[in-house]
Amino acid sequence: MDIIHQGLLDIVGEGHISNQQEELFIYSWDLGTTEPHRPDYVVSPRTPQEISRILELANRHRIPVIPLGGGLSLAGLAVPFRGGIIIDLKRMDTIIEVNEQARYAVMECGVSMGQLTSYLERKFPMLTHSEPGAPPTATVAGNAAIHGQGDLAHPYGFNSDMVNGLEVVLPTGEICRFGACSIGAQWFTQHPLPDVGLFLGWTGTTGIITKISLRLFPCKNIRGTAMFVVDNEDYVPDIYHRISRTQMAEDIIAFSQTIPPYASGLQHFTINLAADSEKELEFKKELIFDDALGEYIRRGDGGYLGFTYGLQHPQISKTADWRKGGGFEYVGGIMPVSCYPQCYRRGKEISDRHDIPYTVLGRCIGAAHAMMFSWTYAFNRADPESVRHAREAMHETDELALELGGAIWKPGLYGQRLVMSRLNPNTLNLMKKIKKLLDPNGIMNPGHWEES
Amino acid sequence: MGLSDFKYGDIIHRCFRCGYCKFPANWMDVNNCPAYARYRMETYSCGGRLWLTRAWLMNEIKWTDHLAHILYSCTACKNCELKCPMGFNVDILNMLRAAKGEMVEQGKIPVEARDFLQNIQIHGNPYGKPASRRGDWMGDTQMDKYEGQEYLYYVGCVGSYDTRAQEAAKKLGLLLKRFRVSFGVLGKDEKCDGNEVNNMGEEALFEMLAQDNIALFNRLGVKKIITLSPHSYNAFKNNYPSYGGNFEVIHYTQLLQRLFEGGDLNPAEKTEFRVTYHDPCFLGRWNAEYEAPRKVINSIPGATLVEMERNKENSLCCGGGGGNFCMDLLGGSPDSPARRRVREALETGADTLAVACPKCLTILEDAVKVESLDDKLMVKDIAEIAGEACGIV
Amino acid sequence: MYELNFDVQKCLHCPTHACLTRCQHMDIDRDTAGREILKIAAGEDSFVLHDCLTCYACEEYCPMGNHPFYLIVKRQEELNVQPLPRPLIQRGINIGKPFRGEPKINKVNGRALLMGAFADHMFLIQGRLFEGLPVISDDPRKMFHYFCQLMYLHYARISVINERLPGVIETITRHNVTEAICFHDECYGTYTSYCPSMGIEVPFRTVHFFEFLYNRLVELRNLIRPVNLRVAYQRPCSSRLSPGKLRFVYDIFKLIGAEAVQRKYVGRNALCCGGIIEGQRREGSRKRASEIQGLNISDMKDAGAEVCVFNCPACYHTLAHLVEKEGIRPIFMSDLCRLAIGEQPAGWR
Ligand SMILES: Cc1cc2nc3c(=O)[nH]c(=O)nc-3n(C[C@H](O)[C@H](O)[C@H](O)COP(=O)(O)OP(=O)(O)OC[C@H]3O[C@@H](n4cnc5c(N)ncnc54)[C@H](O)[C@@H]3O)c2cc1C
Ligand code: SF4
Ligand code: SF4
Repeated sequence: MDIIHQGLLDIVGEGHISNQQEELFIYSWDLGTTEPHRPDYVVSPRTPQEISRILELANRHRIPVIPLGGGLSLAGLAVPFRGGIIIDLKRMDTIIEVNEQARYAVMECGVSMGQLTSYLERKFPMLTHSEPGAPPTATVAGNAAIHGQGDLAHPYGFNSDMVNGLEVVLPTGEICRFGACSIGAQWFTQHPLPDVGLFLGWTGTTGIITKISLRLFPCKNIRGTAMFVVDNEDYVPDIYHRISRTQMAEDIIAFSQTIPPYASGLQHFTINLAADSEKELEFKKELIFDDALGEYIRRGDGGYLGFTYGLQHPQISKTADWRKGGGFEYVGGIMPVSCYPQCYRRGKEISDRHDIPYTVLGRCIGAAHAMMFSWTYAFNRADPESVRHAREAMHETDELALELGGAIWKPGLYGQRLVMSRLNPNTLNLMKKIKKLLDPNGIMNPGHWEES
Repeated sequence: MGLSDFKYGDIIHRCFRCGYCKFPANWMDVNNCPAYARYRMETYSCGGRLWLTRAWLMNEIKWTDHLAHILYSCTACKNCELKCPMGFNVDILNMLRAAKGEMVEQGKIPVEARDFLQNIQIHGNPYGKPASRRGDWMGDTQMDKYEGQEYLYYVGCVGSYDTRAQEAAKKLGLLLKRFRVSFGVLGKDEKCDGNEVNNMGEEALFEMLAQDNIALFNRLGVKKIITLSPHSYNAFKNNYPSYGGNFEVIHYTQLLQRLFEGGDLNPAEKTEFRVTYHDPCFLGRWNAEYEAPRKVINSIPGATLVEMERNKENSLCCGGGGGNFCMDLLGGSPDSPARRRVREALETGADTLAVACPKCLTILEDAVKVESLDDKLMVKDIAEIAGEACGIV
Repeated sequence: MYELNFDVQKCLHCPTHACLTRCQHMDIDRDTAGREILKIAAGEDSFVLHDCLTCYACEEYCPMGNHPFYLIVKRQEELNVQPLPRPLIQRGINIGKPFRGEPKINKVNGRALLMGAFADHMFLIQGRLFEGLPVISDDPRKMFHYFCQLMYLHYARISVINERLPGVIETITRHNVTEAICFHDECYGTYTSYCPSMGIEVPFRTVHFFEFLYNRLVELRNLIRPVNLRVAYQRPCSSRLSPGKLRFVYDIFKLIGAEAVQRKYVGRNALCCGGIIEGQRREGSRKRASEIQGLNISDMKDAGAEVCVFNCPACYHTLAHLVEKEGIRPIFMSDLCRLAIGEQPAGWR
């Protein structure tokens, strides 16, 4: 047995490390179009201390380390481009505390979105979190590590804006805490201490988040989804604004897609409403659909499609099977809301060019401060041509997002390079310095946010 | 064989590896695939198995003991099939079985599986015990040989040979007698039902067992069968018809439900106890029978049924299916599904963990011992609980 | 290509003009009614075209066997009076487009249950009532090949119906069906009322679902145990096209020991589920729909209904949750029948 293997075995114990072909094969792939790269080892530690020791060992041997949560980020963000040790964090899955008064939850990094959702539903039905559309296996920490957003993005912003405190193992092995918890107080706020925002959005290149405190929000007795539809994409920004102005909606999403036909060529809105009583619900409906959008309806330009009680658990991953091909990947652009029409039209062109049924969606973030606009490309895993098309479409879309004045969310390597080529040089320089300082041996998820 | 010869070659790539299949419906625990719960590596999840199978068939990876271990650690519990949101989900278990079948074909299966199948082939049971001892479960009680009674009481391998499960088998026999059910048993003429063999991909052996059993049942004039084990129930009910065996099959809990409906159970001494019920996969997820066992428990004076959070179609498999009650590829760790399950049972505050399957009975009882919970939690078959309520000791 | 067979002479001789005087949603006296319906027949605009909620009821009210509702819809389309906003119409039209390949044609050579565009409700088609009955359109992915299209009456799109319907009929005919038992009132109305009025040929016989259920129950009579429930029936708009079959609702209730509660909005006075109204263009439509629903449900409740019985999945979708909140259990008629013969209803909530 080689010395690294032995070292890892000593740290995590039998059964939690592998260098067998099966694990190396599975962990070399993510779900999207990224070419696989084999890791050398896969480990699944249980504690921050174990992670700390793994990082020390990795530094000694100058071997890359790739933190992995649910592995659902799709853009190759946890593919071991230079081999190394994959740390599957999902065994660290304890929900440590839910503070009902201060409305936050502290949990280990491997806690999945599904687990948190279910825990709150069962034990704290008065509270909820901003749940992304990702499959339930996505981890809360992985999601924050890439600036994810969920179904409370409209009132409260990115999920990474909801972080109240972090425990992080630095690349060199030290375990640090950030936020009020770092002075021994509760995990109830990230502010007002000096800001060291070095870990969110860094896709695991600056350290491994081992604990996270996430803000929770009131969960109203009645939740459900209303739908609205227009046939002209130029109306969408105004509608986002009108709904947002009422401050009555939780989630606001506009989407359009070739399949099923009802959605083709039209822009559908799903608008989540929450209320503690029927009275409150009716009041909200009235403000949104009679007052804010009434004009659209009377003109015949917009249609109200009713309200359905209850929120469905997300099942977007079904998209992967539309072409009976088991795969899809999307570019998420963080875009100005005003760009919706161009995003839609240009995205459709890209899809047409690659012969992929188009699927686009814009989720409003904040009071129409931005939207996450996703261009989704389904592919057939068994058909390399279709994978190539999807990959190329992704690259074209990365460029489009920047061209339209947006930023690429969780870019893969291609997108990262595009972003870096436009980055303010001083900023880029600072990023490099930070990276060098934190990770002197460059072992953390190498390849990412590096100039070629 | 390559991917193109594989029966499911045109769909196996459709798994996205999104992982819905790891959860119960309410997402409370990512550990609802027993094999994933035990090993917590992606390879051991349903998606991992499907991707590895495809890679193996495409020659991207080679066969290894480890690959075989990964496939055979699947207990065929069917959680994945019911939770996967994709259109191909109906074929997940078929794909997993076909993958094992391919290994059987190539003679490349774990030694534990090989022994298991060989024993069945030679001795008619996975333990390799002599067929002549198959009637031992009856002990000194008198059970009539089957000769045209209304029901055949089919005990199955575990109830016949495992000392713990024998008690349940015997209790059920006595209970049937008490209720004057017209039944007979096969004793040493009984032979494995083949449910596990089928799920381990040994199709030829399964076919042989099914044909032998069907021939025997037909020769004896069997029309109706009561099974102790949900595994036998499943094979007889769902697989035998395609080999020409059409019998009215009933799991014993379904019969007890009918017998107890009158509600005149009058135990000598009524004791109060709290029971939680563990749904066996082959009664629950495979055959959607969730109510009968619960009704039986509820009709027992003094019993209070409390549910574990994961129940019915979301129940966590004990880890015994697919031959694992014997091969034990999932044992040996606090993360073993059976040990997780008994801890979960304890959380309900129950003092009794009721089961309706001899495999669950033996596995969960072992888990209780390993977890040192003997003084807090008793594992009992519903046949035993019902038997005691009727004063059968 | 197809022309609506609307006979103005009938209107001229009509003693009541009940089509419009009885309209539940407009207050119209007899003279106005006579004037307006003739205007519409003559191709002119009328306030009726704008205020119509498309509830189908006038089709039933007409004592002369004329087709006032089809006429209204035809005229709405011609004069571009859109009851719904444009995108809803487009969406509706898109919904009916088949997109998942061609259906498999099983030859039934006899009678069959026709699920139309409700193949996703196959879960209801279980148990003894349906034993041995072949089904046409049992695959949700293919069901729009069997969509009767009549829904577009709400959308002022006779043209879409006439364009697509002959193809649908042909698809059904390819199954060699002699007698199609229509799962939904709307299909039944299409083939027995709409098609004749348009001169569209239907080469198979049709049976109303409730007539079928009734006859099956009679056959299974010895299994029936009275359900002993107080029930209200939610009559769907398309039932207005086959008023003669309404009696089977009550015959079934009688047979299975369900007591139809005495209510105001029943039979000819039945109220629409509101599903289509809430999206209409007219000012206040959303509130109007919910008022109608409120009246309807409080009427059920005041009458003491324990259960609300549905035929139409669209009504069910719109109202089930609302009636449930008032403590009334929603159930499909076939499920109620299954309950009566000791089976477990598939959709009991
Ligand atoms: C069908 C589908 C729908 C989706 N919808 C949404 C959506 O609505 N909103 C949304 O935000 N996302 C969405 N996603 C994207 C993604 O799945 C989620 O953002 C998910 O939360 C990412 O978490 P993960 O645990 O899977 O991260 P991973 O993919 O495992 O990791 C993401 C990155 O973070 C790093 N990382 C992981 N854990 C840690 C840690 N503890 N410390 C440091 N670095 C870490 C990894 O190295 C990697 O670079 C969707 C994905 C799919 C497949
Ligand atoms: S089997 Fe289904 S749920 Fe499981 S990973 Fe594959 S696609 Fe997802
Ligand atoms: S059948 Fe059970 S053990 Fe096998 S993969 Fe599915 S969930 Fe896991």
